[in-house]
Amino acid sequence: MANIMIRKTAEGGLSFYLPKRDLEDNIVSIEFDQADKWGGELKLANGGTYYVDPMDAPPKLPISVRAKRVDAPE
Amino acid sequence: MSTLTREETESLIQEVLEVYPEKAKKDRAKHLAVNDQSIEQSKKCITSNRKSQPGVMTIRGCAYAGSRGVVWGPVKDMIHISHGPVGCGQYSRGGRRNYYVGATGVNTFAEINFTSDFQEKDIVFGGDKKLAKIMQEIEQLFPLHKGISVQSECPIGLIGDDIEAVSKKAAKEMNKVVVPVRCEGFRGVSQSLGHHIANDAIRDWVLSNRDGQHFESTPYDVTIIGDYNIGGDAWASRIFLEEMGLRVIAQWSGDGTIAEMENTPKAKLNLLHCYRSMNYISRHMEEKYGIPWMEYNFFGPTKIEESLRRIAAFFDDSIKEKCEAVIAKYKPMMQAVIDKYKPRLQGKKVMLYVGGLRPRHVIGAYEDLGMEVVGTGYEFAHGDDYDRTIKEMGNATLLYDDVTGFELEEFVKRIKPDLVGSGIKEKYIFQKMGIPFRQMHSWDYSGPYHGYDGFAIFARDMDMTLNNPCWGKQTPPWKKSADADEVKAAA
Ligand code: SF4
Repeated sequence: MANIMIRKTAEGGLSFYLPKRDLEDNIVSIEFDQADKWGGELKLANGGTYYVDPMDAPPKLPISVRAKRVDAPE
Repeated sequence: MSTLTREETESLIQEVLEVYPEKAKKDRAKHLAVNDQSIEQSKKCITSNRKSQPGVMTIRGCAYAGSRGVVWGPVKDMIHISHGPVGCGQYSRGGRRNYYVGATGVNTFAEINFTSDFQEKDIVFGGDKKLAKIMQEIEQLFPLHKGISVQSECPIGLIGDDIEAVSKKAAKEMNKVVVPVRCEGFRGVSQSLGHHIANDAIRDWVLSNRDGQHFESTPYDVTIIGDYNIGGDAWASRIFLEEMGLRVIAQWSGDGTIAEMENTPKAKLNLLHCYRSMNYISRHMEEKYGIPWMEYNFFGPTKIEESLRRIAAFFDDSIKEKCEAVIAKYKPMMQAVIDKYKPRLQGKKVMLYVGGLRPRHVIGAYEDLGMEVVGTGYEFAHGDDYDRTIKEMGNATLLYDDVTGFELEEFVKRIKPDLVGSGIKEKYIFQKMGIPFRQMHSWDYSGPYHGYDGFAIFARDMDMTLNNPCWGKQTPPWKKSADADEVKAAA
């Protein structure tokens, strides 16, 4: 589990920031992005995948959350 | 002067690494790379923010230096106690020429070294009592100070003093801000973690102090974050932000005050200059207060224009109009600077090795003068810095992270740049090698280099250094004639 921050990018997408490892990357897909469910698996541009517990509604961004590393390259 | 191809640069790295023992070689190889603009993530080509190899000379500082010297030090109306033995504080008191306005010793203190001067007995019995006493003394001797920060040096973390408790108590007694900072030098691999710790201290002890208080705000309130006002840099930036119709409500930490820091959460936009040292707090404010932040680059007219337009895009049309007016106003002045210096500097090659943001930000300013940066590297960057650098640098140029003294010298010998820009520790080596050198940490006692005013000074300084007649006088006359004879004989 690691603390991450998700924020909106200038282009309108989402970006992922993991302070511990200075990892800043674009999120290419998010599992749940609906009015009543938000979160789940986040796929990063570098090929990694993280998991955040789904929330009941899309949060106000940026937000710091705990995330689980499912799969990361290297 | 030749431009190296990708293969040549790669073999240059291999050759330089040859002298190291196997293990060190393997490690150092990861920190040296040939730039490839097609790479999206720097991680794939360069490793950074790792512990330096024992036995090599590198140019890094400690976490205490990052907090005391860089982030907190320039906050002018606070007193920063170097808590621990006396030595650490000596080189971190205003040595970077963080200019400020005020009467030093009366209402501003940035240049004075305050230290608790630890002795053996303080290590054995703990220094908390001493710290409390120092704070009382400060309050009596310098009643106009607006707050105190306690910058821990190595021993504090080792002996387990409770500086937080002392600080809280003193803050209550004095009714001023007292910030304990756990920035012991041994934390982290370089000054970089010190920046982060200092940011966290600002978050925990300063930012929320005025939450809920009334503030006369305007829709155009911005802040300048991470400009340390070296040689007046922040002033040179502020001047045209204000011309654009924006109101700069806080400036950190160069020429900054604690009141400005406390007011920062009232801003509409945080303008971030040094990403490396202050991104943490900007991200925090974005999350907690919803203030967007933006990195800007005020080195050289091209990048300034780009940045100004991006800043203006956050605001309404009146600002956008004024932004164009500002750009138009300075354009002829900048053209005059370029017309004057470009012919003298065109085509010259530069190698940089600095910290923070400069290894990438000044590239634009050199390019405006027709110069090319052929190698760059950071003392204490992280992966995200290199992500931002790859696009700025040409293909097949050299990148070096936490370079060692040996490597940098070898690279310079082989690449033969016309100018090296690095820190004070490298300056005399390269000057003795006969290579023009600019000290790019504190602008070689010059500056400002930011902004429109700064660019004129930057161009003049580069010209002054590069075209200085002294470089043609490196060989004494008697040797020169011998050389000439040899050439004749060979021919
Ligand atoms: S590493 Fe420790 S002892 Fe050395 S300058 Fe930094 S704080 Fe002082």
